[in-house]
Amino acid sequence: MGSKILNGLVYLSTILTFGALGFLVLYILFNGVQYLTPSLFEWTYTTQNVSMMPALITTLYVVLGTLFIATPIGVFTGFYLVDYANRDNKIVKAISMATDTLAGIPSIIYGLFGMLFFVIFLGLQFSLLAGILTVTIMTLPVIIRATEEALIATGMPIRQASYALGAGKLRTLFKVVLPMAMPGILSGVILATGKVIGETAALMFTLGTATLLPQSLLASGRTLSLHMFILSGEGHNVNEAYATAVVLLLFVLVINGLSTFISKRLSKGGK
Amino acid sequence: MVTQPKIKVEDLKLWYGDFRALHGVDLDINENEVTAFIGPSGCGKSTFIKTLNRMNDLIPYARVEGKVELDGQDIYSKKMDLNNLRKKVGMVFQQPNPFPKSIYDNIAYGPRTHGVKKKSELDEIVERSLRQAAIWDEVKDHLDRNALSISGGQQQRICIARALAVEPEVLLMDEPTSALDPISTAKIEELVSELKQEYTIVMVTHNMQQASRISDRTAFFLNGHIIETDQTRKIFTNPNQEETENYISGRFG
Repeated sequence: MGSKILNGLVYLSTILTFGALGFLVLYILFNGVQYLTPSLFEWTYTTQNVSMMPALITTLYVVLGTLFIATPIGVFTGFYLVDYANRDNKIVKAISMATDTLAGIPSIIYGLFGMLFFVIFLGLQFSLLAGILTVTIMTLPVIIRATEEALIATGMPIRQASYALGAGKLRTLFKVVLPMAMPGILSGVILATGKVIGETAALMFTLGTATLLPQSLLASGRTLSLHMFILSGEGHNVNEAYATAVVLLLFVLVINGLSTFISKRLSKGGK
Repeated sequence: MVTQPKIKVEDLKLWYGDFRALHGVDLDINENEVTAFIGPSGCGKSTFIKTLNRMNDLIPYARVEGKVELDGQDIYSKKMDLNNLRKKVGMVFQQPNPFPKSIYDNIAYGPRTHGVKKKSELDEIVERSLRQAAIWDEVKDHLDRNALSISGGQQQRICIARALAVEPEVLLMDEPTSALDPISTAKIEELVSELKQEYTIVMVTHNMQQASRISDRTAFFLNGHIIETDQTRKIFTNPNQEETENYISGRFG
């Protein structure tokens, strides 16, 4: 009797989870696809035709810029924490605590910080650079944690095997440990990408909301999420907002698919 | 005739933080012999074997005092090149730990580390090492297969071949068969008896029959001390110390 109830609950929660996802996706597709016209992909944005093309390209700029800065810093911090620092060292504890805290801070706080520090104090104005730097700080913990976990998961025996053959630390790390940890690190990077794509609060006051395609690092722009937020907020372009949501959704699906594909490929290959 | 021992250990002490794991160990290890370390769990034999190629350097709170000499050279001196020491003193671990790479790349990793680049030279080293480890016939047709895809016993022989590929002088084996089935164990024991022609072998074992079958000398460890070292035959038939007698007759351990 008890197990039947439990079984029922398991099924119910499965249905609820999938139902919620399915409903959300279908709802957006239903409301959005019909407005997904070619004119929405024109190069320039006008008040008559709220093209999402500049926002689409700006999103790519922000993602690439962020990953360009955050990936090396995050990955090397992970290396340091796992393979160089002594685990009980005060600096390590401080970095770990900082990482956890950064991960838990609401993104609007990053937005506020970015505005006060990058936009005003450093005088970057609303710009690609200010936006990228702000979300870089935001995504660092994701990449650091993923790298740390991936490195730890490779384990001590494999390192010992390499050291025992007379290999030094760098060789051990780059030739043995890193190839094994790569899928984990990559999925962290992809997770960070997802986070950037979905971000609005941290970008609104740093990247700004300009409708043009930014021509330099110091120009303002808007990402797809921001674009959608503003369209739906203004009230008279709700249909286009739904169309933008469809594109965002596709983005996220592609990224998720890519991450699964890459980690499967890498962990199978492992040569 | 008294020859110089390959490895000479004098008054070696080791602490893990405040815990003292070795209390002044003295031991001579002779060239081209198999020296076995026996003793109950936690007696310090695995800790001790790791001091011979300084693997204990990897443990943050381990601290060593005393002297370990390899061919008369102090391996804990500042002048010692750690990577070169480990090239000379190879190690095989309790759990087979091949890299998740092809069999070929596993064996070639060590030589590549020490600067061998030529394909023909590497091919030769790989074949020779695999033959020495008595696994060539089993794997020669699929050297490109991932080393993790073969059986545990084969993996351990791959690890032995990998250690031999850098042409060590001493081979340390830390319970190399404790994770293996009896048939694989027999193969490795046979292998060890052959390898001692060319190498000096030091082996930790939990299995007293194994020690008596394949070693020339045996050291009995207890609570971080060596209680007795002697010819294996002597240790197992007529030990000098009562504790040794009690241990080998199975009264504790």
